[in-house]
Amino acid sequence: MSHVYYFVIVGTDDTPLYESELGLQFKDTAPSAKKEEARYLNQFVAHAALDIIDEAVCTTNDLYLRTVDKYNELNVSCYVTPSNIRFILLHDNKADDSIRQFFVECHELYIKILCNPFYMINTPITSAPFDIRVKSLARRHLL
Amino acid sequence: MARQYKALGEDIWKNRVETINAELFIFTYGSLVVQLVKDYEDYDQVNTQLEKMGYSIGVRLIEDFLARSGWGRCTDFKETMEVISKIGFKMFLNITPTITNWSSDNRTCSLILDENPLNDFVELPADAQSKLWYSNVFCGVLRGALEMVQMQIEATFVSDVLRGDDASEIRLQFVRFLQEEMPNADE
Repeated sequence: MSHVYYFVIVGTDDTPLYESELGLQFKDTAPSAKKEEARYLNQFVAHAALDIIDEAVCTTNDLYLRTVDKYNELNVSCYVTPSNIRFILLHDNKADDSIRQFFVECHELYIKILCNPFYMINTPITSAPFDIRVKSLARRHLL
Repeated sequence: MARQYKALGEDIWKNRVETINAELFIFTYGSLVVQLVKDYEDYDQVNTQLEKMGYSIGVRLIEDFLARSGWGRCTDFKETMEVISKIGFKMFLNITPTITNWSSDNRTCSLILDENPLNDFVELPADAQSKLWYSNVFCGVLRGALEMVQMQIEATFVSDVLRGDDASEIRLQFVRFLQEEMPNADE
């Protein structure tokens, strides 16, 4: 049984910059309406966690905040960069070191994106290579 | 002969140039290009402007280059290209582009930039992919520098790794020696 993940990068003005569903969300036979529903639910849960994250940031010096929130069986883990860009991961298993590793390496990828002169901060990340790299990171650390 | 250029290039790079932080240089150039894109809103215009900027850099840079390298007059275009690649590029950017695709009359050739420090971190937005020559400043530098030593050339990018091509290639066309100091080839 493989786990499912939802990964989102949230900008300083609380808008999503990058979203990705990692791992098989449903079998292909599942009705697409259900997929849609899960997508909205994920966004909803991630958004709901933002306030809790803001509070949690003040309590630690670590960038990785571990699991900050729970919604039914979904755990919400978060990593906040020094410039207050939030990386949020929804997962249905226990938080462990591989998630930290995933966040740290995503942070590095994000820095590379930021170094691109054509990318403006707080705008959606549309780079295809970034998407591919995040997915391969997920395969290595999470799935 | 080729050895000699290379050795001199290495020597100058090691002993006679001051270096600056690469990121500072890359980001400065990057924000310059992006600002041009914003101001002109037209990639063709941006290419032209970059070329013009390069030209003004080139006409100054050549003086510095000749003073530092102590290199004398080149006998032909072929030698000039060797010197530019092995000493010029080495001295200012620590890269040595490959020179290939000589035409049979030795008047056109290609510079293949195996690595290009300007490209680091850069990803072109989709609409720029087929229009913008990000490193077009090089073309201007080459044109400006060679014009100051009485060689008129035309330099244009024909492919760029940033656009998804296999290599970055600048095509150079030698036009003519400028009038004032026509070197006498028979002497």
